[in-house]
Amino acid sequence: MGSADPQPPDEKRAAHRALVHSVLHGSGTTTVEQRAAAYENAAADPGLRPLLEKVAVGAARITEADFDRARACGLSDDQLFELVIAAAVGQSTRMYEAGLVALEEAAG
Amino acid sequence: MRPEVLNHGYKPVTKLLFATIRLFSGRALPDAAKLVFYRPEFYGDAAKRFTHLAMRGPSAWSVGDRELMAAVVSQANESAFCIGAHTATAAQAYADPARVRAVLTDLDTAPIDEGLRAVLRLLVKSTRAGTVGPEDVGQVLAAGVTRQQVEDALAVAAAFNITNRLADAFGFEVLDSGGFAAGAKFLLKRGYQ
Repeated sequence: MGSADPQPPDEKRAAHRALVHSVLHGSGTTTVEQRAAAYENAAADPGLRPLLEKVAVGAARITEADFDRARACGLSDDQLFELVIAAAVGQSTRMYEAGLVALEEAAG
Repeated sequence: MRPEVLNHGYKPVTKLLFATIRLFSGRALPDAAKLVFYRPEFYGDAAKRFTHLAMRGPSAWSVGDRELMAAVVSQANESAFCIGAHTATAAQAYADPARVRAVLTDLDTAPIDEGLRAVLRLLVKSTRAGTVGPEDVGQVLAAGVTRQQVEDALAVAAAFNITNRLADAFGFEVLDSGGFAAGAKFLLKRGYQ
């Protein structure tokens, strides 16, 4: 397999990596540790966990109350903006990578 | 949108742009388009570039096929704004709303190519289960889809598995059919960049 395809110009994956890098390491109002934890769906703060867990699995069920709880731990709007995005990008990236690994194994 | 800063926290020059668009188009910019203008160096610039490459960059899949993939992934995530936006965009791209409706109603019986059906099944499984295995991808390759086409489809799903989550977390306002049709026209003309 693969001989019929031209060697992929890795542009899409490179653009994806750039997005991940921007969200995890770009300038922001949260620490890189906070963003990494959100990305890994491993935020320790109990006020923040319900919101970020739903971002990863079940975003359609997020309510104002989830944001209120997260704000109650002292997080600003900008910090929530960053952590929600980090959680979404993290979950999507795990799914993307699982698909690419499965493709590699299936196509040989 | 929530948090509130996504409604009012834009730079003056960006607010002026939003007002100008509203003046000339008669419609407010959809929340999906506004979001990428908020602190664009953090998310918007890189997200636009990746999404545009996945949706409009080189691929054996047509723009209609990729918009249909976006609609199907959005449906698997139950993301109301994105279902509306990409159902409308796929329908316009194909000039065939019935085909798009058929796929979203019953993927097994919709009148589409078997390769496209197989890859849509893969994306639904990946989105719902969070993972897929080599046997899932093997079924797609067996339907005559190339390795590169699978990779291209996975990039579409990756883009929309981000956007769907943000649409629901940030509470994008769902538009009426006229609003989604106008947005679709824009996406087909200009893409995501």
